[in-house]
Amino acid sequence: MEQKKTEQILHLLAKDSRLTNQEIAVMLDSTEDEVAETVHQLEKDKIICGYHTLVDWNKVNDEDVTAVVELRVTPQGGDGYERIAEKIKDFPQVETLYLMSGTYDFLVMIKGTTLKEISLFVSGNLASMEEVQSTTTHFALTKYKELGVSFATPKSDKRMVVTP
Amino acid sequence: MSDSMRELLSKTVTNLKPSGIRKFFDVAKEIPDCVSLGVGEPDFDTPWHIREAGIEALKSGKTFYTSNAGMPELRKEICDYKKKKMGLTYDPMKEVFISVGGSEAIDVALRALLNPGDEVVFVEPCFVSYLPCIVMAGGIPVSIPLKEENEFRLTPQELEAALTPKTKVLMISFPNNPTGAIMEREDLEKIAEIVIAHNLIVISDEIYSELTYKSEHVSIASLPGMQERTIVIDGFSKAFAMTGWRLGYALGNAEIMEQMIKIHQFAIMCAPTVSQYAAVKAMKDGEKDVVMMRESYNQRRKYLMNEFRKLDLPCFEPYGAFYAFPNISEFGMTSEEFATRLLHEEKLAVVPGSAFGECGEGFIRVSYAYSIEELKEAMRRMGKFIKSLRSK
Ligand SMILES: Cc1ncc(COP(=O)(O)O)c(C=O)c1O
Repeated sequence: MEQKKTEQILHLLAKDSRLTNQEIAVMLDSTEDEVAETVHQLEKDKIICGYHTLVDWNKVNDEDVTAVVELRVTPQGGDGYERIAEKIKDFPQVETLYLMSGTYDFLVMIKGTTLKEISLFVSGNLASMEEVQSTTTHFALTKYKELGVSFATPKSDKRMVVTP
Repeated sequence: MSDSMRELLSKTVTNLKPSGIRKFFDVAKEIPDCVSLGVGEPDFDTPWHIREAGIEALKSGKTFYTSNAGMPELRKEICDYKKKKMGLTYDPMKEVFISVGGSEAIDVALRALLNPGDEVVFVEPCFVSYLPCIVMAGGIPVSIPLKEENEFRLTPQELEAALTPKTKVLMISFPNNPTGAIMEREDLEKIAEIVIAHNLIVISDEIYSELTYKSEHVSIASLPGMQERTIVIDGFSKAFAMTGWRLGYALGNAEIMEQMIKIHQFAIMCAPTVSQYAAVKAMKDGEKDVVMMRESYNQRRKYLMNEFRKLDLPCFEPYGAFYAFPNISEFGMTSEEFATRLLHEEKLAVVPGSAFGECGEGFIRVSYAYSIEELKEAMRRMGKFIKSLRSK
């Protein structure tokens, strides 16, 4: 499949992963088989890394706690950051991990059920790593938007119902 | 109002029929949870960098009148942009003027051209303002009802048949609202020949010129001998998702523009200044946004057409704008009845074809300036409605 169409498939699925291969084929003037094959290849190449659902967990239980942890580290050797990242990303509590420019090195997003649980995780598992110099933990209070989707306020059409 | 006072109102205006869309809007807005495919404007917000240019203009106090014809910088950007798109050179100082939407440019063009009794041939179905604007400018509207079997394109035979010695202007609009029809180069060449032979002026409303899905838009002005006798109307509303900014423009022969600017100068003074600053940004850096939106409309267009096929609802393939115009004549009711029942029974709003001229009877305008999820839900409702009609 041509590169442009492959990219269009990715854009469509990134917005709505429940679109069927058949629906995508219609929108891109392709065939269901061709789309299926392309998606399969994208999955194999780990370009498509998963299909997730955006949930506003606060509506289900407000027990969930999200924290953002800034880590400063002292990397050892040429691939020092890589090796630290490998260790951190294996913790199931870690949802998102970035290497950053600026005043700290890693940004770690963690989800837990209580403040205490997260604090224990940070002190027990992150702060205790020998490469880690310091941690700063911020707890999120309200989530307004994720992956381009606004929470809380329902999406409303700002246009009038009928216009010429 | 007393009868004697009512007598004071203009006969020309009171005799105009109110817009069929307006009537339908009044009904639709009262229906809660209504899903609408009835809108004639993009669902995208104006791209952020363009909005920012507007905000910046406000912040730095760009809150004064501009020159009547519009900011020279914007006129120059438009001419450069059109040079790239149409291959035509227009003089930014004399051959373009910035209007309050394409709407104003349509009105002003007609007023600059018409003497009482001049005939204006225009194609229907069409945008709701053409006929009233012709009448208010003192012209005689002569409609050419376009046909589905010609994919709602204007044929040379149809044009020839509508001409009289009084015909002065031909008004066309492709890509078309409400049909989504386009005219390609070969179609336009035959029309241009007739226009030149009969010494007509063309008002070509090309507000959807950026939104075509088969081949690049061709302007009739770009055909040999046509630039000087064509007034091209375009604007920012559709291509750049800027309907509320109220900004459009007209391009054409300097002598015609001079007269149009005269009217604009006395009636309007100048187009909104903040919008003009935003538009400069759109002309300079908006191309990638247009490409993204066009791609998205095209996906929805194909999705919608496929849904119509699944429902066995006949619809010619529209290659422009963001409308489809399915044929609902099999159900044995007027398009207004169809749309009204669809609205009440399934809470789905579409616009009756008859709102765009008598020959729109038997069709409905379905806009696909909506997300795929919205289109899905709308088509589910449409399917349910059609099935219930067919089962009777
Ligand atoms: C064919 C056509 N011309 C002109 C206009 C007017 O657009 P604006 O005045 O927003 O530029 C519209 C808007 O719906 C249209 O569909």
